[in-house]
Amino acid sequence: MSKLHRVWRVGADVDTDQLAPGAYMKLGIQDIAKHCLEGVRPEFAAAVSSGDVLAAGPNFGIGSSREQAADALVKLGVKAVIAPSYSGLYFRNAFNLGLLLLTCKEAELLEEAEQISLDLNQWAVVRGNGQRLACDPIPDFLVAMVEAGGLLPQLKLRLQQQRASQ
Amino acid sequence: MSTEKHSHPPQTLAQKLIAKAAGRSHVAVGEIVNCQVDLAMFHDSSGPRRLKPMLEELGAEIWDKSRVVLVMDHYVPERDDDSRRIVRIAREWAVEQQLPHVYDSLGICHVVLPQKGHLKPGMFCVGGDSHSPTGGALGTYMFGVGSTEMLGVVVTGQLWVRVPQTLLMRWNNRLKPGVTAKDMMLHMIGQFGMNGGQYQAVEFAGEAVKALSMQERMTMSNMSAEMGSQVGLIAPDEVTRDWLATTGAKDVQIDGWHTDEDADKLIHEFDAATLVPQVAAPHSPANTKAVTEFKNTPIQVAYIGACTGAKLEDLRAAAQVLKGQQLPAGVRLMVAPASLQDQAQAESEGVMQALRQSGAEVLPTSCGACSGYGGSIPDGANVIATTARNFKGRMGSATAQVYLASPYTVAASALRGSIADPREVLV
Repeated sequence: MSKLHRVWRVGADVDTDQLAPGAYMKLGIQDIAKHCLEGVRPEFAAAVSSGDVLAAGPNFGIGSSREQAADALVKLGVKAVIAPSYSGLYFRNAFNLGLLLLTCKEAELLEEAEQISLDLNQWAVVRGNGQRLACDPIPDFLVAMVEAGGLLPQLKLRLQQQRASQ
Repeated sequence: MSTEKHSHPPQTLAQKLIAKAAGRSHVAVGEIVNCQVDLAMFHDSSGPRRLKPMLEELGAEIWDKSRVVLVMDHYVPERDDDSRRIVRIAREWAVEQQLPHVYDSLGICHVVLPQKGHLKPGMFCVGGDSHSPTGGALGTYMFGVGSTEMLGVVVTGQLWVRVPQTLLMRWNNRLKPGVTAKDMMLHMIGQFGMNGGQYQAVEFAGEAVKALSMQERMTMSNMSAEMGSQVGLIAPDEVTRDWLATTGAKDVQIDGWHTDEDADKLIHEFDAATLVPQVAAPHSPANTKAVTEFKNTPIQVAYIGACTGAKLEDLRAAAQVLKGQQLPAGVRLMVAPASLQDQAQAESEGVMQALRQSGAEVLPTSCGACSGYGGSIPDGANVIATTARNFKGRMGSATAQVYLASPYTVAASALRGSIADPREVLV
């Protein structure tokens, strides 16, 4: 039985200022996370639970290169973002910080508060009624990066293993 | 030969550059591949002060010091205790690490890097700065990365990329006198918006682009960052080869580094002959219109600076307007050459003298006022600058109104005390 995840719906063109508002950028990531998406979903940061997913319209994460826009979702426990397309720079930063982004053409079919599961073997979002929404496959090395919690912990682990084997 | 042609689908220049870095003969658009980085560049602001503590946390070493270039350009010359501390970290780390390629206070990284012969067609490079796509002018796949990403490159020498679609910007015919690469970029950014590039590979091509000098090409690639694209490429040609010969770059190979005729790409066509000088109004580079739309907008400060707009050719353009002229009272023109090499050449040609004699004030070669690091932009002033970004507050004053334009237009506007069409001033 795969784990169920609650869906939070947001629209298209969610920018990095909505994810990590400029006014709070001088603060630490835990404080930035408290204001994540407050412009579009004021209740989100306080109510989101670990393992929930975000379903969005196209162009998720457009705008600045600030890594905090991905890190805030990680710190809030968001399991994955599901959207038809992403800003390329956000896509990079997300995986580097351990956030799974699923590119799914039909992401906008997902409804607020529905429970879904993720089939990461066959790259699909599985809805309660059994409907499967196909996602673009993600290469193994990026999956491994997310599983490690991002690039920095992954590098740390890899270096430790290298030293242990020497 | 023909079998090889059939076995590989046609590719764009971006695909070919990525395929080489990934150790493949072909990569498909949308595919994510792992690339070997040929060179990583960072500066005093993005580099040592962030990388040093993370490397120490990892207990890791730089993967290949010969492939790392450190440029001190943001906090030099040091103006206060914070900048002294940041530059000191960079200098001490450079010595401690025995980095072979360190350029301290010689100019802005995006200009110094190619001038020192580090970039060549076919290379795959990253920079710890958003204007890193400047390297695309030499047929180098180069883009900016965040701090975590740069750490990864410095430790592993590798980086992943999603192979981008190519947006081919074909500029037909030739630019008219007084119209520049900067005007072409402002026009495209105005048309497509700051996210119009969608993190794709933009490639600049056509008769007008081929006719551009290397430094003008660098201006184009530099500002592809303002289109939201990952890279801004220009296929290398004789101009590239001749320019690289002056830098001491060895084993330059330009053959094959072009987009195949039948490669899948999106094409946009432009007419260079009808383009007029462009100006971007506050507070976005996409807020662009023809210079004639801004006539009589008063100007108190003019700034010729930055990697975008203070290279040798930019200085020459400004001097062409200002030679033998006097700036009016109430207008301050600041010139911060993009590199010492460009400044020295401009001195030897009488360009710097012409600028100084007109009343311009010459500032140290560094990033300076472009990003609010140096120089002084007074509150509430109308500023016209050759830089790349006019976001609110970027140049250090939240109330300054910053207009972006070419060096011709900036110089002509300084001379008139209001935004002016350089074609009326140039003889």
